[in-house]
Amino acid sequence: MKSSVIIFPGSNCDRDMDVALKKFGFKNQMVWHNDPEIPKSDLIVLPGGFSYGDYLRCGSIAAKSKIIKSVIDFANSGGLVIGICNGFQILIETGLLPGALLTNKYLKFICKNVFVKLNKDESKYFKNIKKNVLELHIAHNDGNYFCSKDEVKSLEDNNQIAVNYCGQNGEVTEQFNPNGSINNIAGIFNKNKNIIGMMPHPERMIDKCLSSNDGNFFFENLIQNLK
Amino acid sequence: MEVNEQIAIDHGLKKEEFSKICDLLKRKPNLTELGIFSAMWNEHCSYKSSRLHLKKLNTKGKKVIQGPGENAGVIDIEDDDAIVFKIESHNHPSFIEPYQGAATGVGGIMRDVFTMGARPIANLNSIHFGSPQHPKTKNLLRGVVKGIGGYGNCMGIPTVGGQTTFDESYNGNILVNAMTLGLVNKNKIFYSKAAGINKPVIYVGSKTGRDGIHGASMASAIFDDKIEEKKPTVQVGDPFTEKLLLEACLELMAGKSIISIQDMGAAGLTSSSIEMASKGNLGIELNLNKVPCREEKMTPYEIMLSESQERMLIVLENGKEAEAKKIFDKWNLDFAVIGKTTDTKKIELFFDNNKVAEIPINILAENAPVYDRKWKKTKLPQKIKFNKDDFKKLKITEVLKKILSLPNISSKEWIWQQYDHTVMGDTIQKPGSDSGVVRVHGTNKAVATSVDSSAVYCYAHPLTGGKQVVCESWRNLISCGSKPIAITNCLNFGNPEKEKNMGEFVECVEGINEASKFLDYPVVSGNVSFYNETKDKGIKPTPAIGGVGLIKDYKKMITMSLKNNENLILVIGKTEGHLDQSIFAINILNEKKGPPPVVNLFNEKNNGVTVLKLMGEGLINSAHDVSLGGIITAVSKMAIKGKKGFKLNKLKVLMNKFDYYFGEDQGRYVIEIEPNNLSKVKNILKDNSVHYDEIGIVTENEIIVDKEPILHIDELIESNKNWLEHYMDK
Repeated sequence: MKSSVIIFPGSNCDRDMDVALKKFGFKNQMVWHNDPEIPKSDLIVLPGGFSYGDYLRCGSIAAKSKIIKSVIDFANSGGLVIGICNGFQILIETGLLPGALLTNKYLKFICKNVFVKLNKDESKYFKNIKKNVLELHIAHNDGNYFCSKDEVKSLEDNNQIAVNYCGQNGEVTEQFNPNGSINNIAGIFNKNKNIIGMMPHPERMIDKCLSSNDGNFFFENLIQNLK
Repeated sequence: MEVNEQIAIDHGLKKEEFSKICDLLKRKPNLTELGIFSAMWNEHCSYKSSRLHLKKLNTKGKKVIQGPGENAGVIDIEDDDAIVFKIESHNHPSFIEPYQGAATGVGGIMRDVFTMGARPIANLNSIHFGSPQHPKTKNLLRGVVKGIGGYGNCMGIPTVGGQTTFDESYNGNILVNAMTLGLVNKNKIFYSKAAGINKPVIYVGSKTGRDGIHGASMASAIFDDKIEEKKPTVQVGDPFTEKLLLEACLELMAGKSIISIQDMGAAGLTSSSIEMASKGNLGIELNLNKVPCREEKMTPYEIMLSESQERMLIVLENGKEAEAKKIFDKWNLDFAVIGKTTDTKKIELFFDNNKVAEIPINILAENAPVYDRKWKKTKLPQKIKFNKDDFKKLKITEVLKKILSLPNISSKEWIWQQYDHTVMGDTIQKPGSDSGVVRVHGTNKAVATSVDSSAVYCYAHPLTGGKQVVCESWRNLISCGSKPIAITNCLNFGNPEKEKNMGEFVECVEGINEASKFLDYPVVSGNVSFYNETKDKGIKPTPAIGGVGLIKDYKKMITMSLKNNENLILVIGKTEGHLDQSIFAINILNEKKGPPPVVNLFNEKNNGVTVLKLMGEGLINSAHDVSLGGIITAVSKMAIKGKKGFKLNKLKVLMNKFDYYFGEDQGRYVIEIEPNNLSKVKNILKDNSVHYDEIGIVTENEIIVDKEPILHIDELIESNKNWLEHYMDK
């Protein structure tokens, strides 16, 4: 299985993602934002970080970078695209995913472990994961997902809500909403479920000594479902 | 403009210093030259008040690859790996403009580390604010934390540890010290010493603007009412550019084209160019028209003194310019050949085809003034006779809850949750522990690091305080199972022209030195910040010590969280019940006098080495050093971390229980062991003549002390967690 991680100027979770993908058997390649095209891949990942210094608006400049056209073409032809954190922000800025990511409710950067509830119905991303709730990690300043009521309804109708912040036992309540996201949304799919954007970082949770290794479920399932 | 004495004084130089300049040059300097002198001869760059004393520091050791004098210190962590690390202050700018001041402090220290070829792997900080009631404290804290996070998070370097204190002596002068560790192959370290004549001098990074002009001189001045007017001298940081600069520099360093490299920190282009030439015993010639400028019509004076951030100066091998430029083009950074090395041993500056400055390098560097300032010894205060009858109305558990919620003891989660502490995927011990621990990427090794200071002890008796803070750093590293290797120090003091303040400095340094020698824990880098004084009121002496230790197998790392019910809790080291200067005395009894706890270096070392031995044998389940608040505060913090309770035995020693539980004697640890390991542990402790007390056991969630009402661990968690959150957000 071949994966590509795109490096934008200011990306800083590119190495972590590379380590995680390789650990679970992907043949990963790093792709520079200025490259004309992406080498043949089964999966493209837009990693976390501060692409272009978050200037203008998080993800907005990356969404206009040279490589992004290939990412959009790949996604539109059904290819699997993952955006984590800043990658999620970029996917939203490209229009591949709906909504907006606002500054966190208490106007602070938040770095902590969170529990998220997975929507395992339709997508390859979570399908065979045994658990319903994973302990992952967030580290962001602008992860407060927002969209209009109609759009929320449309996300729900199309089963596009991928992950919700929740309690240890899967309770999706305001108490477990770290950043003010509407309906505790931590990540969403596109309609076809081949694109996922989410704020939590599974790649930081792949070793028991890193306070959780629930990220393993994500990557193990991913490579299984791609084979 | 003709330079005269008054202009020199306005530049922060003393009358005598100006006449020395004229004597050395055998003429009056022009304005640009005067600016250069003022930048090189201020306290911040020249260490003129501290140099004599810093020379005495213990800086050598088997593991030291590079001691003080370079951009940062370097230590050997085996297998060709080395750690580059340093701590630096950014106090004055942070008080004037907390966000930018703190952010550029973090940016500056990271540059010091990657200038040497190391990729930064961990950040820490030691930040000190005025009383929580002071009207400025809240905004300063908010701004500083946002600034530190803003820079480090964007760079993608985890902030793994730190320290925050509140004390009214910082009301008009907060302290912001930032520390960075980087990882480098020990055969690929880069230094600032230039070599060879006619080698191109390259400027890379951000463009030069008018920001930060005279920043280093400002850092060497006392504050007054007009300090707000100095806002324009605070630099503005751009972590995005620094991230690009980091990647571009490391890419260039992978090749063989760099002769020497130096970041432009305090006093910008001036100090970086002079330092490189001075170390290489060379001259340097710069054409200032070639310097990439952000603003129009900048003068040579402004270009030389700007402290714009994210810039580096490189001396390249001849003919490597094109290859190097390609890398910086890729990262969209400026790259300009702005001069060359010469054999004149002078700095010569050209602008619009005129020579605008010419100064022999040795005058600026070696001939910089050195002062043997007068200083006064601080007498050891008399011990306080506490009236033990006063204790009778107190309950241990009530006092404990109160102590856990004090500003200086309470959890700092509100702060470190704003720092990305997990990026890079190697953080195995997070902030809020004795030390932050990061794995050495791709190996079984891990590096433990912490930063400590004890201003209260240092103020009461600087010599003891200096020793104590080094010992506390050593204990923090040992508590997580690492072998301490070396330290970096950030010496924050008041006005060196005052005998009392100078005395505090001299004696703290002496104390640091003594402990450092005894523990074989050398100082490899550091920074001095004097003139931390506002309107005649100085700060408490606050040397901050950053320590680094090595864990050979990270799976053997120890944490402080209590693990299993019925496990035994032991205190290692002797408890005498020293209450003077303790949290209990100051905050509960309101008694601020008396001497700090005695530091016995022999016991400190013996206890620490023995604890490491127990850890090596796999006999310790959790450990924590005993510091502020004494034994019971230490055990409580372990319980809070592990979400467990504890039951204390009836005291076996003949001592008042408040003395025993809240005394702050040094050289002690609390450890948790399994009951069936007790005899093994006892034997090792006895063989090494280490005193220990069995004080209690781990429980599921109840805190049981004598016949006092039982507490639930959640109550302690609440007491500890709430103060800062409420203070900042509610």
